[in-house]
Amino acid sequence: MKFAILVNEGPYQHQASDSAYQFAVAAIESGHEVARVFFYHDGVNNGSNLTTPPQDDRHIQKRWSALAAESGVDLVLCVAACQRRGMVDEGERDRNKKDAINVADGFRISGLGQLIEAGIEADRLLTFGD
Amino acid sequence: MSTLNIVNKSPFEKRSLDQCITRTSSGDALLLIEDAVVAAVSGTAYDAPLTEAGQNMKLYVLEGDLAARGFADSEMVNGFTPVDYKGFVALVAEHDRVHSWL
Repeated sequence: MKFAILVNEGPYQHQASDSAYQFAVAAIESGHEVARVFFYHDGVNNGSNLTTPPQDDRHIQKRWSALAAESGVDLVLCVAACQRRGMVDEGERDRNKKDAINVADGFRISGLGQLIEAGIEADRLLTFGD
Repeated sequence: MSTLNIVNKSPFEKRSLDQCITRTSSGDALLLIEDAVVAAVSGTAYDAPLTEAGQNMKLYVLEGDLAARGFADSEMVNGFTPVDYKGFVALVAEHDRVHSWL
């Protein structure tokens, strides 16, 4: 079965990022496909490569990036949410004349159309948030 | 068409569990995750309403979230089945629709 996941909450805020990740891993281990994880609202902060959590804590961003590399999960950050929160990739840096990039490997910035498409193409769309 | 209802907030903090159990139809299922798992512990004000709701739908609780809050060995409200994340995935696949009551 094909799953899509929506994450509406930032990392280390409450539990949504962790629940969504654990669900994605269990789904893949159960033989399902996780086609896309769409990060909306504060959820886009999951994709910042500037985070440095303590060494004995889980690294939420790196965990997502590894999932993308190993299982081909498409990690999409909402562009409007990114602009408000200072999440910048190469395209956004050039377009908005910023001097840095902080979108981690495996993540890409795109629009809400990607969420709608995930909802149409996946068999189930699951939301995690506050 | 059956729906898997997912609630993630304690009913002592938010109204989402109350809203959920008054709007489900028979054949649906309820899964408590994150802070909502406290509602599955017996002896609270939610013992009776959830026991009643369990007459019409199946009740599940995410065991890892229960354990993380120290309730792993507590007595649960009648009718609750503990599931792990793979069980969570199976429930999502089994039901036609999923509704996260955020």
